[in-house]
Amino acid sequence: MPQRQSAFYRQLKKMYAWYAGGFALFVVLLSLAEGMGMSSRWIGYVFMFATIALYAGIGVMSRTADVSEYYVAGRRVPAMFNGMATGADWMSAASFIGLAGTLYFGGYQGLAFVMGWTGGYCLVALLLAPYLRKFGEFTIPDFLGARYGGNAARMIGVFATILASFTYVVAQIYGVGLITSRFVGLEFEVGVFVGLAGILVCSFLGGMRAVTWTQVAQYIILIVAYLLPVVILSTKVTGVPVPQAVYGGVLQKLTTTEQTLFSSPREVEVNAMYKARAEAFDEKIKGLPASLEAERAALTVRLDELKQENASAKDISSAEKALKYMPRDEAEARKRWTEARAAAAAKSAPPLPHTAAHAGRDEAESSRKRLNFIALVICLMIGTASLPHILMRYYTTPSVKEARESVFWSLFFIFLLYVTAPAYAVFAKFEIYTNLVGSTISTLPGWVASWGKVGLVKIEDINGDGILQLAELTLNTDVIVLATPEIAGLPYVISGLVAAGGLAAALSTADGLLLTIANAMSHDVYYKVIDPNASTQRRLVISKALLLVVALVAAYTASLKPDNILFMVGLAFSIASSAFFPALVCGVFWKRANKAGAVSGMVAGLAMCLYYASLTHPFFGGSIANAWLGIEPISCGFFGIPFGFAVLVIVSLLTPAPDTATQELIEHLRYPRLPHDRIDPLPARNPGP
Amino acid sequence: MQLSERHREYWRRNLRVTLVLLVIWFTVTFVPVFFARELNEWSFLGWPLAFYMGAQGSLIVYVLIIGYYARVMNRFDREYGVNEDV
Repeated sequence: MPQRQSAFYRQLKKMYAWYAGGFALFVVLLSLAEGMGMSSRWIGYVFMFATIALYAGIGVMSRTADVSEYYVAGRRVPAMFNGMATGADWMSAASFIGLAGTLYFGGYQGLAFVMGWTGGYCLVALLLAPYLRKFGEFTIPDFLGARYGGNAARMIGVFATILASFTYVVAQIYGVGLITSRFVGLEFEVGVFVGLAGILVCSFLGGMRAVTWTQVAQYIILIVAYLLPVVILSTKVTGVPVPQAVYGGVLQKLTTTEQTLFSSPREVEVNAMYKARAEAFDEKIKGLPASLEAERAALTVRLDELKQENASAKDISSAEKALKYMPRDEAEARKRWTEARAAAAAKSAPPLPHTAAHAGRDEAESSRKRLNFIALVICLMIGTASLPHILMRYYTTPSVKEARESVFWSLFFIFLLYVTAPAYAVFAKFEIYTNLVGSTISTLPGWVASWGKVGLVKIEDINGDGILQLAELTLNTDVIVLATPEIAGLPYVISGLVAAGGLAAALSTADGLLLTIANAMSHDVYYKVIDPNASTQRRLVISKALLLVVALVAAYTASLKPDNILFMVGLAFSIASSAFFPALVCGVFWKRANKAGAVSGMVAGLAMCLYYASLTHPFFGGSIANAWLGIEPISCGFFGIPFGFAVLVIVSLLTPAPDTATQELIEHLRYPRLPHDRIDPLPARNPGP
Repeated sequence: MQLSERHREYWRRNLRVTLVLLVIWFTVTFVPVFFARELNEWSFLGWPLAFYMGAQGSLIVYVLIIGYYARVMNRFDREYGVNEDV
């Protein structure tokens, strides 16, 4: 058996080496084609359709009708390859496109995401992965069902799995729509369904097996696409092609630039003008509803004056537009003016220095920021160690030993991106602060206009001096990664590569999540609860049908472009951590934890988490004024996790200890091999991705 | 089944390693965050220290923690005869 596994491993390495070489050749050929005059629109098309066709091809080659292949890729994925697949599964559109932008704007405060999304793997490695692999079933609710006996724990697990994964998958499909509409010029809704087709071909035909081998291919594309632009930018700025090692020096220069820039007279003047604007909006909001009528009347008078004076058509039409787009009623005026006030207020003072930690106006604000940073890191870390689509991946390795090594490889491959993101932010900020700010507005580089067209870059010459001040520039978080190739003056083929990388990140995560949801419903609800005698074939048919339904519902939800999508993704971490973490960890490490404790602990943790979110987030009608200790709603797991643990422990101690069969199951989990273990035979068929 | 004393010792040593590594994980995560303002007064290869830890230092330690755990546990498996590849 080991011989076959190592031959398989060698074969895989060879195949993916050829694949990586082929992909490099493809990029080189495209850049030659660009040199010969291929248009950027066609480069976008070729990148998108070639990569989607590639993933679909892998999906077709890995189609399967075997239950173990479908749910856990036959449990023969070598540690390193499972690490790459987990990396692609883990890094979503938010990590790939959004994180560098979050760090650009948040500076030190944004590092909570970098630490949270990596440090969680320590918990996966030390507390969960080896034990789940030894357990060796198909889903996370499987573990809860076996350890805590009966269907109650399993069904709560299914509910939390669906709740956490569904919002997350909607965000991924939304990301696919954004990338295809920006780079290929498809309609957003069309882009959503093209991406969906790519996802479905893969997971529909081959389940976990197809998803695994596609994710490995997607990881290679996404990491190359992420590193290449910033490596080139780093070589340009510092002469060293290892941005992660040298950006400390650039950060020092950035800090000096910040000091002179923030205190320059024109910058101060622009800040004061924005401050005045914010105050004006404040007055208008206080004067509602009379101020709305006054404004409408003033605009009407102004329009009449213009018409009488025979003013230019341009002035008249802009005055007409202003009148036409006036808020219709008091509620709308309040909403729009509050947004406008916030936008102006944000520019009424220079941004915080990039490296400033927990900076606030006073000591209280600083400590609140610090506490929120800590709470967010805790929720993200424990959420990482609780998200079912990640934990499920550790069922697919051949052994407990490889599961442990696989977490190492997972974090290593994830580390490559997360350690680069802060460098990305610093290089982009340095370029923008030194080369863009202070230049004449009429001669700005082309990327400002092209990204301005899709609303990601906005420029307003508020003081009318024709020169760009920092506060006059508004950037969307996504633009940092998407526009860096152009900021660095690279050919369009690199932009196409970045788009393909973002697409790979979104598709791979969506694949894993959809499969997790469909498996929870088909395996845990249908097979384990409704019809335990279902034939293999029937189980797979049900699973595939559900996959299709969930995918369509998710794509439909994404095509509605829901607001608050980022908040919902953040909430997924808190939900998963509050519902799963106490029950999973106590399941392995505390023999006394029993069914009553686990069920009530999971319900209590989840309920606390949702209650706090509804108390504090305007999306659910709450307000941050209700916050406890000033904790933001995104970190609601900060209360849910300890509450879940406490309830689990107390209820377990008040009720009888679990029976001997459960005690033996726990012992079984704790040792990679015991004399009485049943040995799982590996399926004999030839594997191959 | 009845576990032997060797089995119990394996589990105790596993718990000890896990605990020590969790303490290291906790320290490199929360100490630099809590004392970020103080640590940023110090510089490390050009980075303010707290910024460096959050952006790179702690992450490197995380990778090392997991790599060390895999190595040491795979050794324990063989030492206590609970390894799978027999």
